[in-house]
Amino acid sequence: MIEFLHENFRYLLSGISVGGQYALIAIGYTMVYGILRLINFAHGDVFMVAGLIMVYAIAGGLPMWLSIILVIVLTVVLGVAIERVAYKPLRSSPRMSVMISAIGVSYLLQNCALYFTGGLPRSYPAIPFLSKQITIWGATTKMVTLITPILTLVLVLALVFLINHTKIGMAMRAVAKDFETSQLMGIKINSVISFTFVIGCFLAAIGSLLYFSNYTTVVPTSGAMPGLKAFVAAVFGGIGSIPGAVIGAFIIGICENIIKAFGQSWTVFSDAFTFVLLIIILLVKPTGIFGEKATDKV
Amino acid sequence: MNETMNKKVLRTPDEVAKRQGMWLTIVALAILYAVLFALDNFIKPSKFTLMLLPVLKKGAIYSLVCVSMNLLNGFTGLFSLGQAGFMLIGAYAYSIFSIPAARHAAVYQYFDGGALQFSIPEMLGNAIGVNLGSFLGAIICIIIAGVAAAIFAALIGIPVLRLKSDYLAIATLGFAEIIRAIFQWNGLGTITNGSNLLRDYTIFSDMKIQLGAQVFKLNTVFPFLIAMICIIIIVLLINSSYGRAFKAIRDDEVAAEAMGINLFKHKMLSFVISSFFAGVGGALLAMFQSTVQASAFMSAMTYELLLIVVIGGIGSVSGSCVAAFLYIACSEWWLRFLDSGMLPFGNIEVSFFRDGFRKVVFSVVIMIIVLFFSKGIMGNKELSFAGLIKKIKSKKAAKAEKVKEGGAA
Repeated sequence: MIEFLHENFRYLLSGISVGGQYALIAIGYTMVYGILRLINFAHGDVFMVAGLIMVYAIAGGLPMWLSIILVIVLTVVLGVAIERVAYKPLRSSPRMSVMISAIGVSYLLQNCALYFTGGLPRSYPAIPFLSKQITIWGATTKMVTLITPILTLVLVLALVFLINHTKIGMAMRAVAKDFETSQLMGIKINSVISFTFVIGCFLAAIGSLLYFSNYTTVVPTSGAMPGLKAFVAAVFGGIGSIPGAVIGAFIIGICENIIKAFGQSWTVFSDAFTFVLLIIILLVKPTGIFGEKATDKV
Repeated sequence: MNETMNKKVLRTPDEVAKRQGMWLTIVALAILYAVLFALDNFIKPSKFTLMLLPVLKKGAIYSLVCVSMNLLNGFTGLFSLGQAGFMLIGAYAYSIFSIPAARHAAVYQYFDGGALQFSIPEMLGNAIGVNLGSFLGAIICIIIAGVAAAIFAALIGIPVLRLKSDYLAIATLGFAEIIRAIFQWNGLGTITNGSNLLRDYTIFSDMKIQLGAQVFKLNTVFPFLIAMICIIIIVLLINSSYGRAFKAIRDDEVAAEAMGINLFKHKMLSFVISSFFAGVGGALLAMFQSTVQASAFMSAMTYELLLIVVIGGIGSVSGSCVAAFLYIACSEWWLRFLDSGMLPFGNIEVSFFRDGFRKVVFSVVIMIIVLFFSKGIMGNKELSFAGLIKKIKSKKAAKAEKVKEGGAA
C-alpha cells in the first residue's frame, strides 16, 4: 500500500495542486451563479486572458512584481467590464439570453486571443519562486505544487471571513437569497454584483499565475477546459457554496490525475471523468454536496 | 372588390395567398435545384464557383444542424448544448460503414485493419451498379448515422431530461465531451480508429446519377436534397400536435403539464428527433470534409451553432437557414479579406488585417446582435412566399383604402 502510494505520489501531488487551481476558478463561478443564477461561460476565458496578460507584460519588459500586479488589476477590470457590458443590460431578460450572451463573450475573448497570439502557443514566463524544482518523497515537482493548496486555503478562509463577517459580505448573502427583496431593502445591487466579479476575477488571476506556472504554455482555448471543470466542481460542491466548490475542485483535480496513473490509453478519459462525475452528482443529488434545496415557484 | 371576386371561388384571401405561396415555393425550389445541377455539371469551375460551391454545401449542412438545434432550444425550450456530440456520433457512424473494404488496411493501419471489413455503399455498388449503389448506400449510412445519434440521445435523455435549464445545458455539454473522449479512446480503435482520422469513405463527389448514357454529378444537389427533406420533416413536426405540445412546454412547463401534456415523453421525443437530425448533419459534414476526427467536435462547435441559431432568431426555422448560409458565406468567403491584409477593393494594405481578425469582427457582430437585437434576423416569424403575398396584398388594400378616403373627403 505504502509502496503503491509512493510510486504514484507524483500524480496525487499534481492532483492536489491542480485541484487548488480549479478551486480558485470555481469560486468565481459559484459566486456569480449564487447571485445572478448565471453560468458565466466567459470565466474560463477571463482566466486564459490573465495568462496572456502575464506573457505580454513580461515580453514588454516589465519587472516581475509589476507584471503580477498588472495581471491582477487588468483581469479584475476585464471581469467587471464584461459584467457591465454583456450581462447588466440583460438583467431582466430570460436566463437563456444571459447565458447566450456569456457564450458570446467567451467566443469573443477566444477569438481576440487568437488574433493577438496569431494562434501560436505562448510560453508562460517562469516566476522565479514558483518555478523552482523541489523533491518531496521521491517525486520531483515545482514549488507551485506545494504553494497552491496552501495559498488556496488561505484565500478561501479570507473569503469566507469576508462573506460571513463584513457588511459587503452580508449584502452579498442577502442578494443571493433574494434579488428583489434585497433591492427593496436598500442594497445597491449593481455594486454588490460588481464586487462579486471583482473577487471572482481576482481569484481567477491568482489561479492563472499558479496554473500556467505549472503548464507553461497559453493558447486561446486553454481557459475552456479548466473553466468547465471548475464549473463542474462548483456544481459538485453545491452551486453557491464556497467550501463546496473548493472541495469539489480538489476531488476533481485529484481524480483526474489518478486516472492518468492507470496508463497512457486512459488519459483521454481524464477530461471526460469530470463530466461523468457531474452527471452522477446531478442524478443522485442535483443540489450538490453542500447545496441548499431550491423550490420552484409557479 | 377583392372580396366579391374571392367569394366566387369560395376561398378566403388567406387560402389564396397560401396556395399561391405554395406554387411560388415549388417554382423557386425547382429553379434552385436547376441552378445547383447546372453548377455541378455544366459550368466550368472558376475562382468564383470554387468559393461558392463549398459555401453552399456547408451552408446546407449547417442549416440542417441549426434547425435541429432550434427544434430543441427554440421550440421545446430545452437548452441543450450537446449538438457537437451527436454530430460526432453521426459523422463516425457514417464514415465507419462506408469505408471501402480495400481501404481498411490503410485507414486502420494502427489497429490491424479494423474490425469491420465491409462498406455498405460498396456492397450495394457491386449489386446494382456503382453510381446508384453508392447513392443509396450513402443514404442508408446517413440514416444509420441519424439512428445511432438518436439511440444515444434516448439513452442519455432518461437521466438528463429530468434536469432544468442551465443544469441541462451543462449536463448535455458534459455528455458531448464524454462522447468525444470515448471516440478518441484507443480501446475502441478497431472501430473508431482511436485518435486518428477516418478517411476514404464515400463523399459528395461520389454522388452521381446515370440518365441514359450520361452520368451527372450531384455534388451540391445531394446535401441540399438531404437537408431540405430533413428540414421539411422538422417543419411538419413543428406544425403537428406534437409541435404545439413542444411550444406549450417551452412557454410554461407547469401549465403544459396541467393541460395533460406528458412532459417527459414530449421532451424525449424532441430530444431524440433533434439528435437524429444532428446525426444526419454530422454525416453530411463528414461527407463534406472527406476526413473525420473526433477532436474537431469541440464544445466550441456547439457554441458556434447556438450563435447561428440566435442570429437567425430562436424559434424560426427559416431564420436558422438564412443565418446559417449568411454565417458560412461571411466566415468562409465574404469576410476572408479581413484575414488577408488587403481591402477587397483597390490595393490598400491594412496593417491590422491579419489572421484571426475576421473572427474578431465576427464575434463583435454576434455580441451586438445578442445584446441589442436579441430577436435575431427573423424573431420567431417565418419567411414564406404566402406571408409575402399577404403582406403585399394588405399594403395594396391599405393604399386603395387611403385613395378612397382621400377621394371621399
